[in-house]
Amino acid sequence: MARRKRRTPYQVFRAVALAVVVVSLIAPLLWMVAASFKTNVDIYDSGKAFAFTPVLDNYTKVLDQANYLQFIGNSLWVAFAATVLSLILGVPAAYSMSRFNMKKSALVVLMARVIPGVSLLVPWYYVFSNLKLVGGFTVLILSHMFVSLPLVVYILMGFFDGLPLELEESAQVDGLTPIGAFRRITLPLSAPGIATAGILSFIFSWNNFMFALVLSGADTKTLPVAIFDFVGYASIDWGGLMAASTVVTLPIMLIALFVQKYVVSGLTAGATKG
Amino acid sequence: MASLASPQPSGELTGWTRWANNNRKWLFAAPAMTFVGALIIFPLAWTIYLSLTDAEGSVRAESEFIGFANYLEVLSDTDRFWPAVLRTVGFTGVALLFEIVLGMAVALLLWRPFRGERWVRVAILLPLVATPVAVGMMWRLIFDPNIGMANQILGWVGIGPQPWLAGQHSALPTTIFIDIWQWTPMVVLILLAGLTSLSNEPDEAARVDGASAWQRFRHVTLPLLMPTVIVAILLRGIDALKTFDILYATKGRGGGSFHEVETLNVYAYGLSFDYNEYGISSTVLIIFFLIIIGSMWALTSRRKKGAQ
Repeated sequence: MARRKRRTPYQVFRAVALAVVVVSLIAPLLWMVAASFKTNVDIYDSGKAFAFTPVLDNYTKVLDQANYLQFIGNSLWVAFAATVLSLILGVPAAYSMSRFNMKKSALVVLMARVIPGVSLLVPWYYVFSNLKLVGGFTVLILSHMFVSLPLVVYILMGFFDGLPLELEESAQVDGLTPIGAFRRITLPLSAPGIATAGILSFIFSWNNFMFALVLSGADTKTLPVAIFDFVGYASIDWGGLMAASTVVTLPIMLIALFVQKYVVSGLTAGATKG
Repeated sequence: MASLASPQPSGELTGWTRWANNNRKWLFAAPAMTFVGALIIFPLAWTIYLSLTDAEGSVRAESEFIGFANYLEVLSDTDRFWPAVLRTVGFTGVALLFEIVLGMAVALLLWRPFRGERWVRVAILLPLVATPVAVGMMWRLIFDPNIGMANQILGWVGIGPQPWLAGQHSALPTTIFIDIWQWTPMVVLILLAGLTSLSNEPDEAARVDGASAWQRFRHVTLPLLMPTVIVAILLRGIDALKTFDILYATKGRGGGSFHEVETLNVYAYGLSFDYNEYGISSTVLIIFFLIIIGSMWALTSRRKKGAQ
């Protein structure tokens, strides 16, 4: 579309409307970050809403006292392990389900998106605590895989559907076995799709709360669960809480911004096929 | 569809390699299916079984089989169960309505290229990837009745302070607002993907025929976009029905002292993990699951009808 020099009324309206959208989406996040640099006294003072002296106390508190470095490590490890394992199981599965049109089998995996997590948690808790696994990393990684594996399969099935079959077939004519053609031709071609699935899997695993709430122990707590350390029964340490919330949210947002293209294509996977 | 009659140079292959190549369809799919299946099928079967027992305090076998007594009890419970159903349906219905309408409006604004597009896309991505529990905490500060920014802004325009999350009647609408803030961008992205994949020709033809912008949207774009709208409703609807993180972060266990944000999911969680009422909680969960499946089925069968 050619860009005209004179703005039409619609263009003016659109600019104003989009500015309102951008401000209402970003302002609350900026408010959270601002509060994380305020003392609790300043947070309670409406006169210091915008003019305040930034302090790092909340962050030192979060990183020292609350042992957050360990929780950051836990979150990283669980999300990373769940993502890698989901890719290992999910990439071949998605390939097979796409190539051989296994609609019913795909439905089994996608059921995981539909079932309310609470209905799985009681049996999981019972079985895994009898296996002495509750409170350890194994059960956390398994439960996060339950979130990310269906995501990986869903995204990559759409991706493989769009990959031309001819390349693989000609590789087989040239002497590769079907599995060899998958490994040497299809996999390298799928790198963008695998990246998309991996990033989305990491984000959703990082943000997951309910499974970790029940299945993690004091030492294996992930960040979303650890946030609640700053919520007391009687009072809330707002500065610490906002610093903790910022520590959870900021890294994942930065990742998403750097790899925007992949995040968007992952979130909208399958949407246009109807 | 993919042709399966691909050339098979398996003449030189022997034993395991040959078997693996011939059976790759299941070899590839089985591990993922086994994993998900194992984590679903046994728990689901057990939940159905537990819903037919009086299990309490422990999920072990001391409990007795009591048939459909739990279902009778739950379905006649006008104190906690039915209000939770109403909240779940109300939360999902209102949130979805706003998210689809607002999402459609923003997607249409973003449809044609413009300067600064990048920045708008960045803004739209941020709430989507933000950790829901942290989002809940963030809004909890903004909506705090005494120190929150929301009441300060109301004060500037001369409106008195509102209780927001703290009020018995305002808590649920406030959590719906938070859900709209976080998830409308998802609808925008999905609808935008749909809009971008539409062909320009029908729109241009209608323009040549002199149709107004609204007429073109109503009679050309919207009908073509309908399958994508249904996908958005389906994806968002399932998640909205199961909302947990934001409700737990803003109101804590039990959905507040008056259960003001206690949806079916929060109710079932409390029954299981706060009161160990496993029989009743399993019953609630089975009914909840049926509600989800039912609404999905209703939507997809409408989609199939629409496609004919």
